[in-house]
Amino acid sequence: MLITEPNLHNPDEIYARLIAAHDGLSEAESHALNARLVLILMNHIGNHAILTEALGHARPTGGTGQN
Amino acid sequence: MQDLVEQRYDIAFRMYPYVRSADQDAAAVRHPVIVIGGRPIGLATALDLGLRGVPVLVLDDHEGAGLGSRAICFAKRTLEICDRLGAAEAMLGKGVLWNTGKVFHDDRLLYEFNLQPESGHAFPAFINLQQPWFEKFLHDAILQAQANGAPIEIRGRNRVEAVTPSAEHVALEVMTPEGPYRLEADWLVACDGARSPTRNGLGLDFKGRVFEDNFLIADIRMKADFPTERWFWFEPHFKSGDSALLHKQPDDIWRIDFQLGWNIDRKTELEPANIRARVDAMLGPNVDYALEWTSIYTFQCRRMDSFRHGRVLFAGDSAHQVSPFGARGANSGIQDVDNLGWKLALVLGGMAPDSLLDTYDAERVCAADENILNSTRATDFITPKSPMSKMFRNAVLDLAHHLPFARTIVNSGRLSVPCIYDGSRLNGPDHPKMPRRSRPGSPCPDAPLGDGWLLEELGRGFTLLAIDAALPEAIKIKGLTVQRLSVSALANAALRDRYLGAATSAVYLVRPDQHVAARWERYDETEVLAALARICTA
Repeated sequence: MLITEPNLHNPDEIYARLIAAHDGLSEAESHALNARLVLILMNHIGNHAILTEALGHARPTGGTGQN
Repeated sequence: MQDLVEQRYDIAFRMYPYVRSADQDAAAVRHPVIVIGGRPIGLATALDLGLRGVPVLVLDDHEGAGLGSRAICFAKRTLEICDRLGAAEAMLGKGVLWNTGKVFHDDRLLYEFNLQPESGHAFPAFINLQQPWFEKFLHDAILQAQANGAPIEIRGRNRVEAVTPSAEHVALEVMTPEGPYRLEADWLVACDGARSPTRNGLGLDFKGRVFEDNFLIADIRMKADFPTERWFWFEPHFKSGDSALLHKQPDDIWRIDFQLGWNIDRKTELEPANIRARVDAMLGPNVDYALEWTSIYTFQCRRMDSFRHGRVLFAGDSAHQVSPFGARGANSGIQDVDNLGWKLALVLGGMAPDSLLDTYDAERVCAADENILNSTRATDFITPKSPMSKMFRNAVLDLAHHLPFARTIVNSGRLSVPCIYDGSRLNGPDHPKMPRRSRPGSPCPDAPLGDGWLLEELGRGFTLLAIDAALPEAIKIKGLTVQRLSVSALANAALRDRYLGAATSAVYLVRPDQHVAARWERYDETEVLAALARICTA
């Protein structure tokens, strides 16, 4: 099951690293970084049910594409 | 003189010249089975039925195999089927055998793959062979079968103009160079290709997806010592297309495929100078070659709602169409033939009700959906349809350079493997100790057997395969003979791994198309008869 309760022992620190990873990148390069990151984490999780649940949470409600 | 049967393409091999038939001077003569189309699927259907003793008439509007390579990759399962039909040896002799491939991104090798990492199979994962040769070898096997008395007839330059099905038969109007005549068939098998005039004439659906991309095929003749592997490039450094494919065929012919994009001018792209510019960029300077055959194609993934419409059955591209990535076109058509032949023979022989043919529809629709799914996914990966889809595709390719997991996501075509008919109503009991790969619905995996192979020992009809288990002397039900094959896995690791698993003995009921119908640890007459009855009363 997907963990939605707090699971990061230092959220501020890792969030700052995520933002810092994009420093100096163009928007296209940033998108590419995100895409690679998603794929790497997806493989690490390796569980279709959990990933499907995560995709559900990530997609804008109603799925109109308007958000 | 006016040409009544227009020739749409040039012939590579003239196999069945037009000859006037006595049927042309008679009222509508009835045939048990008429096949429309003399390309691979039509020829294989005729051969399969003829070898089963079912009289079959093929009507083709040409006189033989058309020029041009077209389908080139023939898969292991196709070769196994063609072996049963008596054509595989010639195919293997002429074809280029291959099991491995390489995938490149830009100028770097991403990974290599082997489609047949396991030994102990009579046939390789694939051979490459130009379609006209594939057809010629099927036709040679038909000539051989005819010489041995198989009731097969092929009429060249016989174009079917109209098909009118009724509850009792199908009426056909046929045009020949000498004018029209009429025929009737108990059963009609339409193997008349993706544009199937039979399907269109009957107003039947053919729904699916069109892919907005053009691919250029160039078959070139050159002496080169590239290895006999499938080489695929994403975003190749030589810039000849968004993707490129290089594949070896017999007779120093190489298949090259370039992805051109959607908005192109076909006429310009097909000019030899423009094709040569792309090929030159790929092969480098000073490579001597000749253009043999070129074509630009777009493709679609679609199928008919149902492959059976009363007494009319559809097989091959007339029933389903896929993109070429994965070699799932001709190979799936041959599996259609394999599935249909024995069922039609049982129905015609009065051994099974015609509802058995509904299982042809159910099993092969399932297979078509699997092929369409695989082919659609490969196509979406090769030609991403949105900026984000392309971004993820390229992220996968970037990661695949150094992270092994990403290589499994790279999709340059998932190559044809036979469908397992899970959930088919023909499937009988399974056994939990036995390996999953040979469960009911699966095609029997091949294995070495003495000096030969297991699959060549399976009969043309039903076979009871006993592995370290006892069988009775003879098994006969209502005129149906079941062949017996007793083997031992004691000194045969391949047989044990592929058929026994954790069991110490096994009895497999194998269908005439070499798919497993049911399996037990021991022979039990009641069980076997019930499994056979399940099929013959389907």
